[in-house]
Amino acid sequence: MLTILFDGIAYGMLLFVLSVGLCVTLGLMNFINLAHGAFAMAGGYLTVVMMNWYGISFYWCLPAAFIVSAVLGVVLERTLYSRLYDKTHLDQVLFSIGLIFIATAAVDYVMGASQQIINLPAELNGRFEFLGASIGVYRLFVIIICGLLTVLLQYVIGRTRFGSRLRASVDDRRVARGLGIDVTGIFALTFAVGSGLAGLGGALGASILSMDPTFPLKYMIYFLIVISVGGTTTITGPFFASILLGIADVAGKYFVPSIGGFIIYSIMVLVLIFKPEGLFTRSTRR
Amino acid sequence: MMKRRLLLAGVAAGAFAVPFAGTLASAVAQEVVKIGLIATLTGPQASSGRQKVAGARLFMAQNGDTVAGKKIELIIKDDTGVADQTRRIAQELIVNDKVAFLSGFSLTPLALAVAPVITQAKVPAIIMTAGTSVITERSPYFVRASFTLPQQTIPITEWAAKNGIKTAVSLVSDYGPGIDAQDAFKMGLEARGGKVVEQIKAPLANPEFAAFLQRAKDLKPDALFLFVPAPTAGSLMRQVVDRGISQAGIKVIGTGDITDDDQLNGMGDAVIGLTTSHFYSAAHDSPMNKKFVADFKAANNNLRPNFIGVSGYDGMHLMYEALKKTNGNTDGTALVEAMKGMKLESPRGTFSIDPATRDIVQDVYIRKVERKDGELYNIEFDVVKDVKDPTHK
Repeated sequence: MLTILFDGIAYGMLLFVLSVGLCVTLGLMNFINLAHGAFAMAGGYLTVVMMNWYGISFYWCLPAAFIVSAVLGVVLERTLYSRLYDKTHLDQVLFSIGLIFIATAAVDYVMGASQQIINLPAELNGRFEFLGASIGVYRLFVIIICGLLTVLLQYVIGRTRFGSRLRASVDDRRVARGLGIDVTGIFALTFAVGSGLAGLGGALGASILSMDPTFPLKYMIYFLIVISVGGTTTITGPFFASILLGIADVAGKYFVPSIGGFIIYSIMVLVLIFKPEGLFTRSTRR
Repeated sequence: MMKRRLLLAGVAAGAFAVPFAGTLASAVAQEVVKIGLIATLTGPQASSGRQKVAGARLFMAQNGDTVAGKKIELIIKDDTGVADQTRRIAQELIVNDKVAFLSGFSLTPLALAVAPVITQAKVPAIIMTAGTSVITERSPYFVRASFTLPQQTIPITEWAAKNGIKTAVSLVSDYGPGIDAQDAFKMGLEARGGKVVEQIKAPLANPEFAAFLQRAKDLKPDALFLFVPAPTAGSLMRQVVDRGISQAGIKVIGTGDITDDDQLNGMGDAVIGLTTSHFYSAAHDSPMNKKFVADFKAANNNLRPNFIGVSGYDGMHLMYEALKKTNGNTDGTALVEAMKGMKLESPRGTFSIDPATRDIVQDVYIRKVERKDGELYNIEFDVVKDVKDPTHK
């Protein structure tokens, strides 16, 4: 029983790190970036290449995945995304879906279509018993890292000067610019961090979620579920939504395997019917 | 004057040349027999398409492209794993290219989609992967060169019963072949006095097996039977190992799909000792297979052939032999008749086509994963001879 709870939390945490970047761009910057999963895939494949081709330690892969995906994010933001900030949502959706197809085809061409497998360092494999629950070491590792990231993010956005500038830029771009806030720079940085987090999520998830070229499309659904359930105006909303979905998914598959795969969709449908703005939204905005 | 003479000479030469050129042309333009290979070359099933095409090409490279005085032309098309596409491509190949054979079909739904087309056009279709039993019953023009899931599953139940396995849980992907595998497993094990405690079905597009595996573990059976399509096997096996199923005293068994040669090396030492039943292993000990593996690797950038690669190779072999038997006649019904009862030597061992069902009859091996020459292989240690699909009536 506790094992299920634990697995659910680990899965939820992973979902959160993967989708939090999308919450930032969608909720804070009001930009629909469906290609978010492509950055996660970049991080995942970077890990695969570094570990399997060059034998670099898994622990170096994690920061590398963050940095490379973030840099990739900045480059694309400056060259492509920034042109679409003022366009309609439909244009943004079409553009980012196009990016997914490009990324999928590129990865397929370079790495092949088959699933990539990485072997984690020995100390992260294995399990131990704790209070009657069987705990996988790697899943515990994922929970710790994701937990730390959540606290950090919440602090940066809620308490720091950068966070308040970001919120100001989002609320009213013109006024913020008038007050001397470097809106362009802030957006670029935010986009980079969002992409970097996706990359990190991809690296962490490479051994649990399967890494293949269709990754961005496969997980796009999960990202969107997290965001529609959690709302996009806070960091805590998607966080609790991810945990809820993770636990519901794992528990559903465990207790009623025949319909288990469908449970997270049912939750999403219910939330959209009764609380279409998301479960955890602040209602005072705009 | 001079001009007229020249003109006359030109006409004469031309008149002489025409019939001569005619005979020359007919001698050069040998009749061509076209074979359509519908493979899945992009998308998640792409590894299957690559294996199939490599196998078919290798057979042509080893045996030449002329059969019964006719030149074989292989037309390869990508259906991206979508049934609508497979059907459209099949129609195009039959109507525009006038192919004598269709072949390929990575997944059961793709094969089923062309059944009405080939029945109407009377064009034989060689199944090179799809493993649901029912396919060959859907059209009298299907002939199978791969395997069926029940055929692969029954032998492992025999082995399990012999090795003291009384209770088992099955975990399969929820689609045609998965259902076939779980039903055959239950049928086989219960006929031998065992009991299947629970049959778990995971969605086909399932990224996380944790919960299903935990449930199987908590049921504490003697054995856990697994089937997922080969491209998913890698991530499933990682999670099986991660969850400590074997350490909990549960024996992990399955069909060879979960220890697919194409991916086995990436799974790591944790899968050593895993027992599966299947018709092909790249480590099969025969001179023909050694040559097949060596040539296959040489032609494909050191890619190891798997059961799909060998099915592509054997499918091609079947079509060659059928054409030889009909002496180059490409009438569809005659070709299917020619293949019925045919017995061929293959890298997998000998196989034959059951005249009643047009399905494949072959030896199924019980294998164990071992490290050999620094690589992981399925090492065969037992064999069940001439296995027919047990579900065909």
